[in-house]
Amino acid sequence: MDQILSIDKGAEEGVVRLLKFLLENDKVSGVFTLRRTTGKGFFDYALITDPGLLEDAIPLHPFMNVNGGKIISSLPPMKKPVAAVIRPCELRSFIELVKRSQGSIDDFLLISYTCGGSFPFDKTLKDNGRKLLPGYWKAVEKGVDPDNIRQSCASCEHFVPQNADITVSLLGEKDLSSKCLIYLHSERSTAMTEEFDAEISDGQLDMKRFEALLEKRSEQKEKDFKEIKIEDSGLDGMIDLFGRCIGCHGCMRVCPICQCVLCDFESCAYDPDTSVIANELPVRGGVRVPTDTVLFHIGRLSHMSFSCVGCGQCTEVCPADIPVSTLFRKTGEQVAGIFDYIPGRDVDEEIPVTIFKEDELSELGND
Amino acid sequence: MPKEFKPKIISFLCKWCTYSGADLAGTNRMKYPASILPVRVMCSSRVNPVFMVKSFLHGADGVLVGGCHPGDCHYQSGNYFTRRRFAILKRIFDTLGMESKRLKLSWISAAEGAKFVRVTTEFTEEIKSLGENPAKKKVFL
Repeated sequence: MDQILSIDKGAEEGVVRLLKFLLENDKVSGVFTLRRTTGKGFFDYALITDPGLLEDAIPLHPFMNVNGGKIISSLPPMKKPVAAVIRPCELRSFIELVKRSQGSIDDFLLISYTCGGSFPFDKTLKDNGRKLLPGYWKAVEKGVDPDNIRQSCASCEHFVPQNADITVSLLGEKDLSSKCLIYLHSERSTAMTEEFDAEISDGQLDMKRFEALLEKRSEQKEKDFKEIKIEDSGLDGMIDLFGRCIGCHGCMRVCPICQCVLCDFESCAYDPDTSVIANELPVRGGVRVPTDTVLFHIGRLSHMSFSCVGCGQCTEVCPADIPVSTLFRKTGEQVAGIFDYIPGRDVDEEIPVTIFKEDELSELGND
Repeated sequence: MPKEFKPKIISFLCKWCTYSGADLAGTNRMKYPASILPVRVMCSSRVNPVFMVKSFLHGADGVLVGGCHPGDCHYQSGNYFTRRRFAILKRIFDTLGMESKRLKLSWISAAEGAKFVRVTTEFTEEIKSLGENPAKKKVFL
């Protein structure tokens, strides 16, 4: 049974109060959260140690400029844990990174929430999305899909966080502007919030209320996966899809899973040298430049697709409007399915390429 | 008269087993198809899936990875990793609708010269029936 803290404040204010309490009472060394950068409504993730700066914190803001899971894995270890407020997909990314020795779960008090989704970049940047916010929160209170959220969010089935120390309940809570319900899952979080001024009760997050939304999102996912139609088009489809790739590698840089310092595609190892191009020209009659865009994407699929959490950052940053995220999620699910693996499910579950079983895949290699 | 199609099969062969198997075939004066272009690797797990993709996209009609039988790896467990990676790449090819039949993994030990001949002949026949790799003529690299 989990503990529930109920605070008679709006959800966002309640969370900020909790963060402030944790920081002021030295329960945590710092707080990682979204924060207004300037008065104009721009925002960024920040690691905060001065409680005064939390006045500008907007921890539940439905925008994801960078994947927080990737960012917290690069923070320095501090004396006590850092309270990090991140959405479920970012949490799953962080779990995947911890499996790759890119961080430690003990360094963070992981605070997440039942997530309605986040807005795409263009909506965020044009008018800071202010006009969209009232409608967004209304939809979250009803527990339905808000309008205008990212495609990857509208088809996300993992909106209830797992592995979090603390979950803020948002989806389907009727009174978000005056009530804040916080679920404590771990002993650590219970101990830290003992002296916090809030009503405490026992209970568990009611999963039944998410069933309708889960069903809708699963349907949407199937629809997205169908619409991308990659399996029908084959090689020509790949050329069609990635023919417009400009080779900026932006999808890789924002990807929370791609963390290798010595990345194959950042080196010149796979760049064709001029003689290769010269040799291929007589056969092909022409060579598309920049080269190897299809190789880059299939290569990346083979390296990390099984860990794809579907955060959608790659689609967001793609200047050529390639549905990278849908492609990677679709393929990733297929690949992870071989090993019954779900990215971000459990920190003790090892990534499929670092382990093996002796008696598996026996259909391969035997002639 | 149209030229007979002679496939090119890039073969990544483990030094300890399959490559020695190919050697054995040679010393026994057995004949294996000239379509096999061997690349010796120290272990089949040295083969990054990107090697296979690159070979495929640059027009190899087939890609063969040869390693020791499971349990016999010179480095204890390398081929188990190869097997997982190969399964992943094959699944990716299937999901993308690409010809995963052009990829092959085979366990051939140093003593199995005859098996090397059989497997490579069969694979060459299979590739012949599939025809040329369409990636060969595309205007992309």
